[in-house]
Amino acid sequence: MNFTKSERHEKSRWELTDGRLIRRQEVPLVPAASIAGRALVTVIAIMTFLAAITACTAMMIADAAQGWNQAIAQEMTIQVRPMEGHDLEAETAKAADIARGTPGIAEVQVYTKAQSEALLQPWLGSGLDLADLPIPRLIVLKLDRTKKIDIDALRQALANQVAGASLDDHRIWLQRLALMAGTVVVVAVIIFLLVMIAMVLAVGFATRGAMAGNREIIEVLHFVGAADSYISRQFQRHFFSLGLRGGLLGGGVAVLIFLLSGAFSAFLRGTPGGTQADIMFGSFELTAKGYIAIIVIAGAIAVTTGIVSRFIVFRHLQKLG
Amino acid sequence: MQNSLMPETRSRLVRFENVGLRYGMGTEILKDISFEIGPQSFQFLTGPSGAGKTTLMRLVLLSLKPTRGLITLFDRDAATLSKDAITDLRRRIGVVFQDFRLLDHLTTYQNVALPLRVKGRDESSYRAEVVELLRWVGLGERMNVLPPVLSGGEKQRAAIARALIARPELLLADEPTGNVDPTLARRLMRLFAELHKSGTAVVIATHDLALMDQFENARRLVLGDARLHIYE
Repeated sequence: MNFTKSERHEKSRWELTDGRLIRRQEVPLVPAASIAGRALVTVIAIMTFLAAITACTAMMIADAAQGWNQAIAQEMTIQVRPMEGHDLEAETAKAADIARGTPGIAEVQVYTKAQSEALLQPWLGSGLDLADLPIPRLIVLKLDRTKKIDIDALRQALANQVAGASLDDHRIWLQRLALMAGTVVVVAVIIFLLVMIAMVLAVGFATRGAMAGNREIIEVLHFVGAADSYISRQFQRHFFSLGLRGGLLGGGVAVLIFLLSGAFSAFLRGTPGGTQADIMFGSFELTAKGYIAIIVIAGAIAVTTGIVSRFIVFRHLQKLG
Repeated sequence: MQNSLMPETRSRLVRFENVGLRYGMGTEILKDISFEIGPQSFQFLTGPSGAGKTTLMRLVLLSLKPTRGLITLFDRDAATLSKDAITDLRRRIGVVFQDFRLLDHLTTYQNVALPLRVKGRDESSYRAEVVELLRWVGLGERMNVLPPVLSGGEKQRAAIARALIARPELLLADEPTGNVDPTLARRLMRLFAELHKSGTAVVIATHDLALMDQFENARRLVLGDARLHIYE
């Protein structure tokens, strides 16, 4: 049997007929050419790309925020301000001793006067005599994550025994980071949902267009005894194929973008700008989790496309009845 | 002339009782239509162009709902049928459209096999059957071509083969000889007669008096002035 071009789109199988192996294919009942397939594939590819970029960027920012969170949560700072009638060096040493004697603190690093002045250099510039300025002294405490620390007791001890000392446990920063990470995730989820809604609407319009263009075929199928579920399956099969093509295209471009950005980030790593970006955002590379997310998004979009078209066709046919 | 119902107890494929149809608020285009089609019967549905023959056939196929009256199909009240039940009943009816309604992207073979394919049957289970029927209607050499390549007569025969392939209990043919020459028309009519002999009820819509004269014993359902008159 001769097969036309349209037959190549559907399922095929090999059969032994008259001693010869023949490839038999089933022609789609909804002609592929009757559906604005290329335009829909493009729209789905764009939507998949946007959804993948949104989801993966949110994942990267959430990971970076978690990294900052961990780094900050591992440190505390004691600030000793100069007070009249008290020796700053002695008060600083006293505060450091209290910190060393507190369980849960792994390391105590006292910033010297020169180190404290150096911290101001980026703001005040070099070549100034800072000797007369009341510059506070800092003590950085590295926490031992394996032991529990009583922060309130440490704060109380410092307040009672060291003049001008205060303990900063970065709680405000941690709260702000958690809020920022949460906001980013919420915004990403909203954008993702909007993209999905737009895609569902686009598939809906395309399905209705395809139904209008194939009204006569649908009528003939009804008259020859096709059930509504059978007819909707024909549309679903075709739209799933379009969704899969669009999803793979959009997802593929997203993967390519992340691979290129990762390579670019690695290339910049040696430069001052690249180092600062690394400090801020961590490495701009997608983890395996991100690539899996892109594959899942592309697959979900293909399945959604098929299900949406089937649902719309079935509902329309039921209304016709 | 007769315009009465058959006895209640008889089995029937189609029964119309005081059926009327109007579009919107317009006048009724079919009024008080009452008739029955029994198993293994043969009848012509005739009347002038625009009398409502095709509309009446669409009512039988349940693709139109009457505005009044009762339609019973295979002894089931059409008004109470679910969509799935309508689908099941349509599988027992073969229909030949006036304009053939072949799907242009399917070959003759695939068009004819359509009623079996939509039932979910595997192609290998019906291939021989379809090929045999195509040979019987004289399309054995044309089974792999697309409908746009077929002549009017070939399309007509393909449409008839599609209507027959599922061995329907009732065949509705709308102007089946309207697009063919007299010789082919006679051949197609012989085909319907053979089908009738094999047990299928046949309804042929036509306004070709010469054609009907070839089957003098056939029942005639005549549409005129929106009403149906039955000549047994």
